[in-house]
Amino acid sequence: MSGPSTKIYVFKRFERFWHWSQAALIIFLLITGFEIHGAYANFGFKSAVRYHVITAWTLVGLWVFAIFWHLTTGEWKQYIPTMQKVEAMIRYYLTGIFTDAPHPFRATRLKKHNPLQRLAYLGVLLFISPMIWVSGWFYIFYGNWKDWGWDKYLALEWVAFFHTMAAFMMLIFLIAHLYLTTAGHTPTSHIKAMLTGWEEVDAEEPVEQKS
Amino acid sequence: MKRNTILGAGLASLLVIFGAASATDAPAPAAPAQPAAKQTRQPSSVELRAARTTADHSKFKELQQDFKTGPEVTKACLSCHTEAAKQLHKTKHWTWEWLNPENNQKLGKKNVINNFCTAVPSNYAFCTACHIGYGWRDNNFDFTSETNVDCLVCHDTTGDYKKLPGLAGHPAYEQIEFPPKSGKMVPAVDLQDIAQKVGATSRATCGACHFLGGGGDAVKHGDLDTSLKNPKRYLDVHMDANGLNFSCGTCHATKGHNIPGSRYTPTARDTIKTHIRGKVDDSNPSTCQSCHGQKPHKDDSIITAKLNEHTDKLACQTCHIPQFARGNKPTKMTWDWSTAGKLKDGKPFTIKDSAGHDSYATIKGNFTYESDVIPQYRWINGKVKYTLLGDPVNVGGVTEINHYYGGPDDGQSRIWPVKVFRGKQPFDVETKSLLVPHTAVGYGEKDDSAYWQNFKWDAALKAGAEAVGRPFGGKFDFAATEMTWPITHMVAPKEDALTCTQCHSRSGRLQNVKGIYMPGRDSTRWLDILGWLGALGTLVGVLGHGALRVYLARKRG
Repeated sequence: MSGPSTKIYVFKRFERFWHWSQAALIIFLLITGFEIHGAYANFGFKSAVRYHVITAWTLVGLWVFAIFWHLTTGEWKQYIPTMQKVEAMIRYYLTGIFTDAPHPFRATRLKKHNPLQRLAYLGVLLFISPMIWVSGWFYIFYGNWKDWGWDKYLALEWVAFFHTMAAFMMLIFLIAHLYLTTAGHTPTSHIKAMLTGWEEVDAEEPVEQKS
Repeated sequence: MKRNTILGAGLASLLVIFGAASATDAPAPAAPAQPAAKQTRQPSSVELRAARTTADHSKFKELQQDFKTGPEVTKACLSCHTEAAKQLHKTKHWTWEWLNPENNQKLGKKNVINNFCTAVPSNYAFCTACHIGYGWRDNNFDFTSETNVDCLVCHDTTGDYKKLPGLAGHPAYEQIEFPPKSGKMVPAVDLQDIAQKVGATSRATCGACHFLGGGGDAVKHGDLDTSLKNPKRYLDVHMDANGLNFSCGTCHATKGHNIPGSRYTPTARDTIKTHIRGKVDDSNPSTCQSCHGQKPHKDDSIITAKLNEHTDKLACQTCHIPQFARGNKPTKMTWDWSTAGKLKDGKPFTIKDSAGHDSYATIKGNFTYESDVIPQYRWINGKVKYTLLGDPVNVGGVTEINHYYGGPDDGQSRIWPVKVFRGKQPFDVETKSLLVPHTAVGYGEKDDSAYWQNFKWDAALKAGAEAVGRPFGGKFDFAATEMTWPITHMVAPKEDALTCTQCHSRSGRLQNVKGIYMPGRDSTRWLDILGWLGALGTLVGVLGHGALRVYLARKRG
């Protein structure tokens, strides 16, 4: 799987902080959320609710910083979708990866995500997350619906439906994402990159050098 | 040991209070000279009120006479309290009649047929032991008589004043054998002593009737029984005899003898914000909200805010009265009149259950009792309809003695805990109306038609029908009935309130309550199945993919 390689600096310090703290928060939200949903008993309903709400607001705070960071650094462009090489990526995951074929995508500082990642993360950012945020806020402010006149248009049942649906999608994303971290240049190169910032990439072609 | 010091201190403080109240009596007890006894609690409002009274009734000349009857005492009372009887004449406690303005149903004990002892008419001399009057033994009772008002039954402080069934609301003026032929003697009441010691109503005076409804201690309500005379904090956080020590009147704050708070017009949802002094306020003072407001859970944590949000759907009682009949007094849950009348060797008999309560009595039929009962839960909006005399029963089904209206969508309802009391009782097969059985007679009287004397339904039902002026062709059967009792007393301390999961789970307390989405109880089933299948499928997929990678890599060497 591993040919000649070189290292590039892909993930900056804030980005790594954002990623790991978000990962921890989301996993904790899934654990507490599915307990509230009645899937199992762990912390107890009352504690689960308390932790879930605190964690949710913490994640909101983190996102405020993350959005600011993405906008001010221009990193938001990393998520612009492209259909280029999507087919190649799929073919790689279906066949090439088994035969030690070269990875069709080489990460650079300007393009740190492969086309499939771009699509997946964009889906998370533009679809799953907003669904969770919006339904979650409706949930949190349920006690105010009447005062704000929202009770005429909203039903808790539907809020819960979309919140649960988004949670399942997040869980599925998490499982797939965890596995695909092993599908880099070497099984650990993606994980190391997210920890240290430095990613090991194939070096057949000259690596773009940036100041 | 610690409990003893607390009790001692409590007693000492009581002595101080009452000592001060009757300072000119015999030398006050030496309570003040006991600095060792630490004051461990503040005196309750009941004690303070007793200590603040400006009248010592034992000094009133009017009460220093050898009263022969109750009405004589009342006459003396009215010589100062000139308007009291007129006030009482307007109340349900006196008329046993009340017109529900919402549906024009005539309620009150005189008109309602329940599924306990069923009905008052034709049994007045017996039932009116719990009437606040003297002499109601038949339809000719004079409701305009002021001296027939019984002041003592509510204002006695000695605990010695007792009205006996069969005496038409009178106490025993001379020693009598009671119950008749029991060999037990009940002494005459000392009217002069009782009259000189009158005071505010108490848990004991209200409880003398309300704790014993339905024919015995704890039988009827489920949340009212003699365990509330001196309850511990566990049983009722407000009435706790060593704590807040509320009397009934603390919540049922009474104006002009008209006592607020009634099952006939329950305040299902109280939106009162604050009671402002001087502002004319006719709202029900006996609701939880009238003191605790709309946001009763204090501090601003996530959980208390969430609990406060629950008040839009739940009555306070739903979480804060986790069970009823919590005072070791089991309450009656079923009563089957249809099995009454069996005789053993030609005589009536009773069968006891394992706890020593009647499970069968010839005079009444079969019963079951339960204590620490988990309530049922219903949407209640405050509107009630009774099945009254002449209203058709549901033959073959279950007839609701009283129906509480409400639902999730009317904006007026809250989920309430209720006791549902089930029974079987006689109804007229021709008119389909519930029947009034003539059961009881006055003390020492003989009456062949009374069921409790001869156990003959035909005669008892005929006499009952005559008493209420209804036709009765003689054909009767027993109808299954259920009566709903909203639960509101025996409020537990907050640490004993329901926990979240007791409702927020698949098989929790509210599993049968419709119209609300509850996390932990409800979910969209197909979404759950699809979601878990999706997650599992992804997991299996990636594990398979990974295994194949490892396998092929090893094969390659």
